[in-house]
Amino acid sequence: MQRREGLAKLTGRERYVDDLPLEGALWGMTVRSPAPRGRVTLVRFRPEVDWSEIVVVDHRDVPAANEILLIERDQPVLAAGYVRHVHEAVLLVAHPSREMARRAARAVDVVVAPEPPALDFRASPRPEQIQYGRDNVLKRLQIAKGDVEQALARAPVVVEGVYETGAQEHVYLETQGMIAWLEDDVLMVKGSMQCPYYVLNALQHALGRDERRVRVIQTPTGGGFGGKEEYPSTIALHAALLALKAGRPVKMVYDRPEDMASTTKRHPSLVRHRTALTTDGRLLAQDIEVVLDGGAYVTLSPVVLSRGIIHAAGPYACDNVRIVGRAMFTNAVPFGAFRGFGAPQTLFALERHMDVIARTLGLDPVELRRRNLLRDGQTTATGQVIRDGTDRIAVLERALALSGYREKQRSHEAFNAAQRSQRRGIGLATFYHGAGFTGGGEVHLNSRLQVAGLPDGRVEVLSANIEMGQGTLTVFTQIAADRLGLAPEEVVIGEPDTARVPNSGPTVASRTTMVVGRLIERAVDDLRNRVGLDDRARGAAVQDAILRWHREHRGERLVGEAVYERPPGISWDEERYQGDAYAAFAWAAYVAEVEVDLRTCTTRVIDFVAVQEVGKVINPTLARGQVQGGVVQGLGWALMEECKVEDGAMINNQLTNYIIPTSVDVPPIRVAFVENPYPHGAQGAKGLGELPIDGPAPAILNAVAAATGADPRAVPLTPERLMQLQSAEFGVRNAE
Amino acid sequence: MSLTVAFTLNGGPVSVAVEEPERLLDTLRYRLGLTGTKEGCGEGECGACTVYLDGLPVNSCLVPTYQVRGARVETIEALDPDQLGPFLEQGATQCGACTPGVVMTALWISAHSELLETHTVRELMAGNLCRCTGYDGIVDAVATTIGEVGEGGTGKRESTAG
Amino acid sequence: MKVLLAERVPEALGLLAGDGAAIPVAGGTDLLVHWPVRVEAHDRTYVDLSRLEDLKPPRWSDRELVLGGLTTYWDVIRDERIGREFPLLVRAARQVGAIQIQARGTWAGNIVNASPAADGVPVLMAYDAVVVLESWRGREEVPLDRFYTGYKEMRRRADQLVVAIRFPRRPYSYQVFEKVGSRRAQAIAKVGLAVTRSDAGWRVVAASMAPTIRRCPAIERLLEVPTPLRAPDDLLPAIASDVAPIDDLRSTAEYRRRVMARVLYDDLRGPCGWR
Repeated sequence: MQRREGLAKLTGRERYVDDLPLEGALWGMTVRSPAPRGRVTLVRFRPEVDWSEIVVVDHRDVPAANEILLIERDQPVLAAGYVRHVHEAVLLVAHPSREMARRAARAVDVVVAPEPPALDFRASPRPEQIQYGRDNVLKRLQIAKGDVEQALARAPVVVEGVYETGAQEHVYLETQGMIAWLEDDVLMVKGSMQCPYYVLNALQHALGRDERRVRVIQTPTGGGFGGKEEYPSTIALHAALLALKAGRPVKMVYDRPEDMASTTKRHPSLVRHRTALTTDGRLLAQDIEVVLDGGAYVTLSPVVLSRGIIHAAGPYACDNVRIVGRAMFTNAVPFGAFRGFGAPQTLFALERHMDVIARTLGLDPVELRRRNLLRDGQTTATGQVIRDGTDRIAVLERALALSGYREKQRSHEAFNAAQRSQRRGIGLATFYHGAGFTGGGEVHLNSRLQVAGLPDGRVEVLSANIEMGQGTLTVFTQIAADRLGLAPEEVVIGEPDTARVPNSGPTVASRTTMVVGRLIERAVDDLRNRVGLDDRARGAAVQDAILRWHREHRGERLVGEAVYERPPGISWDEERYQGDAYAAFAWAAYVAEVEVDLRTCTTRVIDFVAVQEVGKVINPTLARGQVQGGVVQGLGWALMEECKVEDGAMINNQLTNYIIPTSVDVPPIRVAFVENPYPHGAQGAKGLGELPIDGPAPAILNAVAAATGADPRAVPLTPERLMQLQSAEFGVRNAE
Repeated sequence: MSLTVAFTLNGGPVSVAVEEPERLLDTLRYRLGLTGTKEGCGEGECGACTVYLDGLPVNSCLVPTYQVRGARVETIEALDPDQLGPFLEQGATQCGACTPGVVMTALWISAHSELLETHTVRELMAGNLCRCTGYDGIVDAVATTIGEVGEGGTGKRESTAG
Repeated sequence: MKVLLAERVPEALGLLAGDGAAIPVAGGTDLLVHWPVRVEAHDRTYVDLSRLEDLKPPRWSDRELVLGGLTTYWDVIRDERIGREFPLLVRAARQVGAIQIQARGTWAGNIVNASPAADGVPVLMAYDAVVVLESWRGREEVPLDRFYTGYKEMRRRADQLVVAIRFPRRPYSYQVFEKVGSRRAQAIAKVGLAVTRSDAGWRVVAASMAPTIRRCPAIERLLEVPTPLRAPDDLLPAIASDVAPIDDLRSTAEYRRRVMARVLYDDLRGPCGWR
């Protein structure tokens, strides 16, 4: 099935929040902290603006609780006299003219008496930098399996390594935007978001309105990647506060530089590995330390840390594992959700480390993976028994075959010997990604979904899960239509409107197709039962039954429902961090081929093969698009996306100097799927959205290492960094 | 409103009163209600705001509206949807935010395919940033539109010179 | 904000003469970047040049190519004759932004924007371009390699308009343009190099290596002598004499210096008979 809303998007008819006409609206702007930490001693309104025309909101205008509801309640809606990061929101202003609103925001001076900020998450904080708990640790987590110390002590070989990753900015092409207005006594909020119920809950909490007096509607969203998971609650609250004060609709749409500088980014990381092996490369112990920069508020750092450490030991069998993780408070702009959510960071470290191990032991990197990849019956770091029947070696072999790995290695030898200044190399990463929320997360979410039988015989899927390009509308349609034997036009996907749809959970964590899609299947079955049909009824029989039901129950609502049920045999111990971390894992092997110019140290990816086992591919075009897009986003992170920071804030906050890949910077991304249907996912599917961004960085850096002999340990591997890694040996003199 | 700017928009005459600082992007979106053209960056990097000005694709975020007096402007709203089949089939759009700009540039390339003697499709599309597709769907769609048959399968190779 | 519309060159010159603070607007690709956010720019006076048709086409004479004050990058890219005789112009133009920028950006605009990282200026300078300025007071011609006096400072008075860029037609035995950016398209140069050789001698021009784009006299002397070199490092002293790269948001001084040495060496070793 083709993308359902594709034509609307291609013709420009799809309307995003900034496209919606708004009568009598004011434009809202944000006044932000200039300093990373300190007390606000003065807010000065300069006279070049006529303040009688401007609506002004500060923390005192927050009716109920000046808190953005998330994991903790540490983040204020507006700073109340104290700031913890540059760009923290202090004041809001609004005016009918966007230009005047901008001038007003510019005409406010926020004066901060500075206090010593903590700006380096890797360093132990000094006493005067402590701002969270005793030691600025936002969250600690640990995974333990077997006896790591003993295994390390006895091991014939121990290989250590330290790996670092920088922040990454989402660069969704549609910036953050939100509209708020009062309709009778109901606060209406519409905008770009991944999680309408997160926004609803945050509005209710801070504004003291119960759910009958707040309504949140997601508008078509121009990209999210996690950047619109939690941040929209903030901008929604801001728009709402202005709207409530002004008594008029308010629209807030961030300019790109503001969006880049003041919203969340991927957590920077530092990962240390100490790995014990046999001399022939079998893992004996993995001792891993994971440190994340969480920034100035908790946001989702505990969960990012959780996913990060769970993936940190990789898709390998090892009896002794210890993973210790902590997320640090710093006075940086808070970090948050970004596709992969901790796993790209730890999987980069792991997969780069595997190649470092291979080099140290004189082993072939492929063989090292082959010897250690999980076979069915073996356990992960959390003790989860893997028995899904996926042949992970076959996934690896397929990637090697498709990429021409061995032939290319041989041809690279000849190429590199003959070329003066170009070097080619090929690199690999084998990895995995758990689908759905970690551990008991899905149970905790307790997602609910409905499928209504409409009076005209069509069915309507009512869920809070949104379309942001990944294909929700199309896949949901397919699932419902396939299950009922209906044409796609007979399936309506209800607008994610909290007044109409139940809370089927956030659109994150690669759960939409697998988990929520499954809820659709069960709700559809429930609907069928309610009209007296069994699970085999399809097509006209279903529609006739719905029509008949409505004739017999005039004016009533016909709704099939499903509530999340944990798949059987899954159990997770949150206290000891052991057990079945995810109901299902997708598995992958990616191969990158690069050409490095030794003169400029620029790396070009000239071929990329992505092979993954994802249960079942429901829509090949959409699935391929997810992989290709995720790979390119990973490629950008690996080679060119660097956040330059001053006082904990991004200073290269423009698309001219925060560099994402263009069409010329990437090769065709060659994609292949392996299918092994997962019984508890919709149509056998497992989650796919995040997996593709886990593999590119290590595969590419491994390829650069193979090409040049350099040993990169940090992402992004910019040309400047690679040049610093060039030894005199393989520097320009090799270019003879 | 201090300036009146008369120009040809999507084939028909239009005259609009604008503020001096207005960009063509603002005039199209907010004054004329043509919201198909999008703003992605405001700095001429992303191409989401691409329109045709006197037959050439330009970033409307960098065009002062007063400069289009007497000129010919075409936006996504004027494009023939029948040309969009390959874009739908090949996955050229996901979130859609970059899409109108992509389509404008892509169809312009298709209409000037002699450029492929000196340029590749990817080079000509380099002014349209996309964060979702990884570009394969877009490039494949352009190649199909031009009538070049690709390598098939999982990501077609460019069949162009340059 | 005031906008003064000019339909012909003398009119534009009159407007510029009348208001010393008026800013000429050509393609807008530099001026309008982040325009809505830069509210202070909305309080100024602008002279619109976009209707000065006389300034658009390039012109040829027996001895010269003359680009007009409003000739765009795209005009040059599509001009086969220019591509044959002055290939560096096309090479550089193709690396300016992407087509949307090439369609609007002008060579003259690139000159007066005076960015140290400009893409058009290095190749113009390597072709011995002369900037032709007109004002109400008359015509003035300044060789481009003497046009810049400091960071973002140039020999243009506020009332002057660049109406043409002219350069001599001559056979070149060697010419190359290298742009090292942060990605392969739409990139600001970290290092830009334009090198030509003709009977008039060597021209070596560096961009993003100093507060201004400039000729590199020490390197040119090395090449003129000629001096046999053995490795890229042998260029470092001359580079140190000619340019002064810095660390900035885009790159580092160290990177720029080494890349300039390596790329120059690699490109010139053949023509110069180095190792």
